[in-house]
Amino acid sequence: MTDVALVELHVNGERHDLAIPPRRTLADVLRHDLGLTGTHVGCEHGICGACTVLVDGAPARACLLFAIQVENAEIRTVESLADPDGGLSDLQQCFSEHHGLQCGFCTPGFLMLAEGYLAEEPEATREEIREVVASNLCRCTGYQTITDAIDDCASRRRAALQAALDTAPEPTAGSTA
Amino acid sequence: MGEPGFRPDGTWVGADVPRREDPRLLAGRGRFVDDITLPRMLHAAFVRSTEAHARVTAVDLSEVREVPGVVAAFDAADLGLADITALLDRPAEEFTPTSMPVLARDKVRYVGEPLAVVVATDPYAAEDGVEAAVVEYDPLDPVVTEAAALAAAGTPVHDEAPGNVLVDVSLFATEGIDEVFAAASASAGDVVVTVEANTGRQNALPLETRGVVADWDDRDEQLLVRTCTQVPHQVRTVLARCAGLDEKQVRVTVPDMGGGFGQKCVVGREEIAAAAAARRLRRPVKWIEDRREALTASFLAREQHYTARAAFSADGRILALDTDVVCDMGAYSCYPFTAGIEPLMASAEMPGVYRVPAYRVRGRAVTTNKAPTAPYRGVSRPQYVMVMERLMERAARELGLDAVEVRRRNVITEFPYRGINNVTYDPGSYLESLDLCEQVLRDEGWLSRSGRDRDGRMIGIGFSCFSERTGYGSGAFAQRKMQVVPGFDISQITMDLDGTVTVTTGTLSHGQSHETTFAQIVADRLGIGYDKVKIVQGDTDRITYGWGSFASRSVTIGGSAAAAASVKLGDQLRSIAAHLAGVDIDSTRLDGRGGVRAGDHTYPFAELADVAYLRAHLLPKDVGPGLTATASFDVGGDGTFSNATHGCVVALDPGTGGVEILRYVCVEDCGVAIHPRVVEGQARGGIAQGIAGALFEQVTYDELGQPLAPSFMEYKVPTAAEIPDVRIEHLETPCAFTADGAKGAGEGGTIGAPAAVLNAVNDALRHTGVELDATPIPRAAIFAALSLEEAS
Repeated sequence: MTDVALVELHVNGERHDLAIPPRRTLADVLRHDLGLTGTHVGCEHGICGACTVLVDGAPARACLLFAIQVENAEIRTVESLADPDGGLSDLQQCFSEHHGLQCGFCTPGFLMLAEGYLAEEPEATREEIREVVASNLCRCTGYQTITDAIDDCASRRRAALQAALDTAPEPTAGSTA
Repeated sequence: MGEPGFRPDGTWVGADVPRREDPRLLAGRGRFVDDITLPRMLHAAFVRSTEAHARVTAVDLSEVREVPGVVAAFDAADLGLADITALLDRPAEEFTPTSMPVLARDKVRYVGEPLAVVVATDPYAAEDGVEAAVVEYDPLDPVVTEAAALAAAGTPVHDEAPGNVLVDVSLFATEGIDEVFAAASASAGDVVVTVEANTGRQNALPLETRGVVADWDDRDEQLLVRTCTQVPHQVRTVLARCAGLDEKQVRVTVPDMGGGFGQKCVVGREEIAAAAAARRLRRPVKWIEDRREALTASFLAREQHYTARAAFSADGRILALDTDVVCDMGAYSCYPFTAGIEPLMASAEMPGVYRVPAYRVRGRAVTTNKAPTAPYRGVSRPQYVMVMERLMERAARELGLDAVEVRRRNVITEFPYRGINNVTYDPGSYLESLDLCEQVLRDEGWLSRSGRDRDGRMIGIGFSCFSERTGYGSGAFAQRKMQVVPGFDISQITMDLDGTVTVTTGTLSHGQSHETTFAQIVADRLGIGYDKVKIVQGDTDRITYGWGSFASRSVTIGGSAAAAASVKLGDQLRSIAAHLAGVDIDSTRLDGRGGVRAGDHTYPFAELADVAYLRAHLLPKDVGPGLTATASFDVGGDGTFSNATHGCVVALDPGTGGVEILRYVCVEDCGVAIHPRVVEGQARGGIAQGIAGALFEQVTYDELGQPLAPSFMEYKVPTAAEIPDVRIEHLETPCAFTADGAKGAGEGGTIGAPAAVLNAVNDALRHTGVELDATPIPRAAIFAALSLEEAS
């Protein structure tokens, strides 16, 4: 298995040119070739979801993908969430406030799962969020506070959006409201 | 608002402050063991037994060494490591010593047992190398079940234990207990009830698997072992002994840890082998357990079989308890706890929260050809509590009494209480928690709901009452007669020039938030911000000695040691301030704002530290330079008891036998909560693990000892779809002898859940006459019971 493939990956807005064995998983490339160790590996068979990243905006298991499969995609990992100066995102802040993490091992997977889901379904109810939380495994929290954190983040984002709309000076062109 | 870093009300303890751990973990900047990469690092993988029980006739690694990328392959003879041996100081009739080789030699005892370590330039190549190993076996009949172990018909698992029994203790045996049972049987009103219960083998299942990065450092002449363990000093000791090194030649450090739950509080074989390989090769070696290894070849727990009977008076008071418990400990005794960990815990503690006047127990550990057992969150308590709670329910049924009322008549209400098990219980809220739990469910309207819901599902309600002994000091552990006796903790605190402090602890957080809670404890003692306190844990070169974190011991014992060290440091600061101000030390006090008030002067800590380090000539004669203090803490008596009552409402689906938990209420009392939200997190997470054991998770084997649950497809870990929201109510009975009145909170949730869920299921099945006494509760049995009812 000495074959090496040249792979171009786009991760968190940066381009990386890699020479890697084709059997190397996306999770291993992110963690060990790019040093983005925030993405964790918990089962290597697609059940636990600790390795969840966004591939073109959609949550995906990085342990079930070969890096070579996602050459033309935009990959986002947990390292993309906080501000460059280290300030936590609203979602991360909600996890902290609701004690949605204990050991923190599953946390990056849940954060990316929620980041992808809320972008698609900003109006999600708590029950719908709970169903999505059931995609990944956590051994510490019992899931309740993870669900609370994501639900609270969704509420805050909706409130912020509403506030922005309320304070907008003029309806934008083409608005159907 | 007070000044930044100070709380207006002066205390950090009891406040839900932001966790110090959160920012790095949320940003993906934690440092777990697999996140560590060193120059020239190699990767290890293990050749593992494919047989459950066999003599090994050949291990041929010659092809392995030809695989591209493989640097070396070592079997037991190559590494020549001493065995891992854990002992009890008990007579031969009670304990049979056995050893666990780091790598199996002439015999294998479970599928997955490590036989050789392959080291390669990357983990993929290491696994390629494992594939090329050739091992020849002469198979023996596997001993897969408790019954087969006790029958002892074939070749025993260990030659030293021809009956396959490693521990066999008979304890207490209250005088006249047989007469009590005889009289109850003969009496018209009294009853004798029996429960035979089996609990399934489980995996503690930290989401981060085990792992190690080991490196020999020529400059330090030291093997630096970074590993995710709950017990770094014990790993150091065992590694030094196995490899023939001085203890100072081994440094064990623990990075961020993705859970442990007991599985990581024993010394594993793989970290020893990987470290030995690193020393041999003079290159860093990393081993990260994969999930299949974790599910099949790691440490397991909880497979127990109880035969229990209890006599009750006509008015529902327990008269006597007689139990036989057999624990299937798998192939080896774990270090440091031994195969006695489960049977000794069950035997010592089973009467639990109830006033049991007569008690007899026999506890046995049998050895089988399955992966060995380690402690798992709660250790035996989820099991014996389940049996006790079944006995309560059964007695209530036979006596025609309400099961909650029967508990009410039996729980301990006067403290301190000296139990029949020779343990003194410190004050708790056994009756109060039961009353409140029932009240909450009544107020929510659940108690009036029974029978079928609108979907035709059967509704049932179950309770469980329990206490959990925490704060096991050396004296309490010594009663178990382990040759290695855990208990105390040592803490050292140092103040730097700027008035901030660094505190070491021998305990080790792996999700429990010690960087936050210990900082709260210390900050209150010194009157500084909790952000001015740095906690150092998990480093054998920086911490004198420690026992790590298990048995809910950290805050009670480690927190008390940190508090004591902080008080000593505060006294040093006051001595210096008194001298500078020319007043007596009794005229000084910590001002709660990062300084000392001495007479009319206020000395900020930084000013006193400046004297202690940079102008030592100004120090009083009896105070040496520097600002550091060390204190230890141990528990002299029997420890302290947290307690709780759990209430659970379930719905059973007659179409599938499925169980849905509609409501879960936990009324817990862990004394003073240092950080209430952390306590709630521990309770919720523990309850989730208890529910997992009650309904879903089981490590199973076929008749040849082949594991049948090697992936998450078979080992069913519950998700947010199965685990309900939990309502938590707090009661607070402070502990009299820990620093802040805290008891332990780490394990309780797990302990109460199986009993509550099982009782609720049985309540829902009440009309069928079927009672189930096994976990995980077999869905097929629920389906069958409800089908019978449908058919009739």
